[in-house]
Amino acid sequence: MEPIQKHQGLVYPINRANIDTDQIIPKQFLKRIERKGFGQFLFYHWRFDDQGNKKFDFSLNHSIYNNASILLAGENFGCGSSREHAPWALLDYGFRVIIAPSFADIFYNNALKNGIIPIQLKMAQLDQWMDQAERKKLTLTVDLVNQYIIDEDQQKVYFDIPSYHKEKLINGWDEIALTLQHQEKIDAYEKNNV
Amino acid sequence: MNKPKTIIQKIWDKHIVHHEEGKPDLLYIDLHLVHEVTSPQAFEGLRMNNRKVRRPDLTYATMDHNVPTKNREVIKDPISQKQMETLQKNCEEYGITLADMYHPDQGIVHVIGPQLGLTQPGKTIVCGDSHTSTHGAFGALAFGIGTSEVEHVLASQTLWQERPKTLNVQVDGELGSGVTAKDLILAIIAKFGVRFGTGYVIEYTGKAIRNLSMEERMTICNMSIEAGARAGLISPDETTVDYLIGKRYVPIGEEFETLAEEWRALATDEGAVYDKTVTIQAEEVEPQVTWGTNPGMCVPVSGMTPDLSKVDQKEDVERALAYMGLNEKQPITSIEIDHVFIGSCTNSRLSDLQKAAFIVKGKEVNKNVRAIVVPGSFSVKMQAEKEGIDTIFKEAGFEWRDAGCSMCLAMNDDVVPPEVGVLLLQIEILKEGKEMEHVHIWLVQRWQLLQQ
Repeated sequence: MEPIQKHQGLVYPINRANIDTDQIIPKQFLKRIERKGFGQFLFYHWRFDDQGNKKFDFSLNHSIYNNASILLAGENFGCGSSREHAPWALLDYGFRVIIAPSFADIFYNNALKNGIIPIQLKMAQLDQWMDQAERKKLTLTVDLVNQYIIDEDQQKVYFDIPSYHKEKLINGWDEIALTLQHQEKIDAYEKNNV
Repeated sequence: MNKPKTIIQKIWDKHIVHHEEGKPDLLYIDLHLVHEVTSPQAFEGLRMNNRKVRRPDLTYATMDHNVPTKNREVIKDPISQKQMETLQKNCEEYGITLADMYHPDQGIVHVIGPQLGLTQPGKTIVCGDSHTSTHGAFGALAFGIGTSEVEHVLASQTLWQERPKTLNVQVDGELGSGVTAKDLILAIIAKFGVRFGTGYVIEYTGKAIRNLSMEERMTICNMSIEAGARAGLISPDETTVDYLIGKRYVPIGEEFETLAEEWRALATDEGAVYDKTVTIQAEEVEPQVTWGTNPGMCVPVSGMTPDLSKVDQKEDVERALAYMGLNEKQPITSIEIDHVFIGSCTNSRLSDLQKAAFIVKGKEVNKNVRAIVVPGSFSVKMQAEKEGIDTIFKEAGFEWRDAGCSMCLAMNDDVVPPEVGVLLLQIEILKEGKEMEHVHIWLVQRWQLLQQ
């Protein structure tokens, strides 16, 4: 996992609640056996028609959002299926930060495991940026170390993230390697219980 | 006396391998179920880091998401084929038991776990699939995980988890005649919303829950994820113990008696405190139909689609109605049906097929309707055939298929053409997907619509 301490990027707003993982990456694209290459299928049925042509009524296809790397979304982002292909697709497309009023539990964990920062902000705080980004290019800077987001007008909003998640993101740690340091405890547990 | 505990707390406390204040707990995992779609990258990760599967004996694999439900030997999509071959290869390399496509134990992972007795009260159970919550019906703590977590469990047989909040969904009273477990869980989600369980593990309690059979309890727990909860469970009782007698992976004799005592003791103690409790009266629940694009968009079959002037989040409702090709205030019974699918991990067990067959018997599928039945496992299929259930369906004009996830997920060839309405009698996922783009799906439990 690539470490991430600070990220500055262009915002893409998608003001919908309950965006599920099948909308993020539809099931017919889950058949690959690699972790990479899913970005081309991100939001597939919103971005493309049945013939595979770009749909311009979906704003991610508008050139002002080219290279967007911060996604703003509505409540309950990433609900539904547990597929980690959803964060893989977001990351592969270029998103490193997702800001939403709430996340589905499994998606939140899956995002963290892939070096994506999921940030929970109240809708009222999000609204203003959502609105701005719908009208013009908006760049935000996310400082994970100090836990704030700052916009071009120097408006600063602090956010919460559990410290153990933050530490792993900042250092890009391999969680399995960390766990295996507890090998003796796992052995002992098995001896007594399994 | 010890402080009364919920079953969730009891299972959690028993599985802590490592605890540090202010951090997630390292939990031991008793059973890891694996399927072909969410595991290849996990095995690849092990290989790259030269790691082993710690407990192949606590890991069990099957193929369900991609498998054809007719003409098994013909997998048209080479990528699906590759995914299944990869699972086969991985299981051989790491010594994991696999019920492959031709194996008599094959089936939807959440159907075969209970059927084989792998699923037992008090266990921690994970699988790379959100509907792992199904196993909670037995009083197990069971939840879906992502592929990185699959790799983590393969390597360490543990997971880092934050202690969840506990939510008691108490269902008082008795369900009316003809009202099923599926109606109940849909009504719960419609009443409290698709997010009400987020951050919680649900325990379903109350008289109406106690009265449910094990297969009905699985339907309830299965859809906990549609309420936002990663896991949902029911305290074990005599119904649970009776169901497990004689299952292949369940011990017999004295060992069984000892286990059964432990299972009974897991039930939530009287006076235990939950973080939140909601209640619903079973008598209020009518047969349900979903009309929209998430499972909370649900009304009684006697009802109609929402009145736009009376809803919050008007935009979402409007978008959902447009997507489904419906109008506001449209009576549910006026919706035309083109396809019928009976299957999925929510409702494809023997009792589901028995109930459906009872209603279908002697009737005919409308000639404009295509109807298929996909049993949840090979064993369910065999048992149904023994009882002549297949004949009832076939005579009514249904297709009788082999076991798998089928149309619920539509990763195999069981895809519905665009611009049709589907009556998914027993299924819970609603999508805005490609093949499904103009495929309108109604989740219902009632069969009257079929007979129009």
